[in-house]
Amino acid sequence: MNIDTRSVNGVTILDIHGKITMGEGSRGLREKVRETLESGVTNILLNLGNVNYIDSAGIGELVSSFTTVTNQGGQLKLLNLTEKLEQLLAITKLTTVFEFFDDEAAAVGSFS
Amino acid sequence: MVDEVEKDSQGHPGELEISFGSHMGYLDFIQELSEKIGLMAGFDEDARYWIGLSIRESVTNAIQHGNKLDETKKVGIRFESLPDRFVVCVQDEGEGFEESDVPDALDPENLLKPSGRGIFYVRSFMDEVCYKILPEGGCEMRMEKRLNHQTQGEENEH
Repeated sequence: MNIDTRSVNGVTILDIHGKITMGEGSRGLREKVRETLESGVTNILLNLGNVNYIDSAGIGELVSSFTTVTNQGGQLKLLNLTEKLEQLLAITKLTTVFEFFDDEAAAVGSFS
Repeated sequence: MVDEVEKDSQGHPGELEISFGSHMGYLDFIQELSEKIGLMAGFDEDARYWIGLSIRESVTNAIQHGNKLDETKKVGIRFESLPDRFVVCVQDEGEGFEESDVPDALDPENLLKPSGRGIFYVRSFMDEVCYKILPEGGCEMRMEKRLNHQTQGEENEH
């Protein structure tokens, strides 16, 4: 898994490529979110459009990232869910937890 | 590592048994193998994806919770393709668990927990799932996915 970081209007967008699965992939996301918070940024948008596979451990890392950012007074939202990822979130009722978008400008504009 | 692979006279892939040490590095291979056997069995792309994910989750559970990440302990998988269904059994050398002890992933108190969704996904995407503690020791998760005969027939026409 690779993660590219960019900033748009005060929102840090993490462009994630590859797999978020048990082991290295899920640890990589956790570390990147921690680094981003330590840099003082609390508005984070995870772009998941290029995530080609995710398992329950990866879903758990999304949840863990969400709670970590929320507990620090920030917001974490999701962009470009694949059909399979949205299905995995929906059947575990996580679509009621996460805000998610298909349009990057709309996602960035939604941060208060 | 591969003990047996065969095709029966109807073209079904038959049975395949493999066993391997409890290492997460095998997960990608197991998932891809499961999807390929699903293709041979006649499942469509969507069903193969969910079969692969379910078996991956079951094996992750066997390695992590059954064998406690002890690489000297084996995980065994038996794939059996029948005319009307696909049966997969995943065995570990652990002490097993009570189904009632598995937390409800949909309980509002558990929604924000980072773990506990793997078995839920297996139950969601496979048609039948059961567990048993083996008399010789260890635990087995048995999963079954029924074939959609229309899809199977359409693929056989090509």
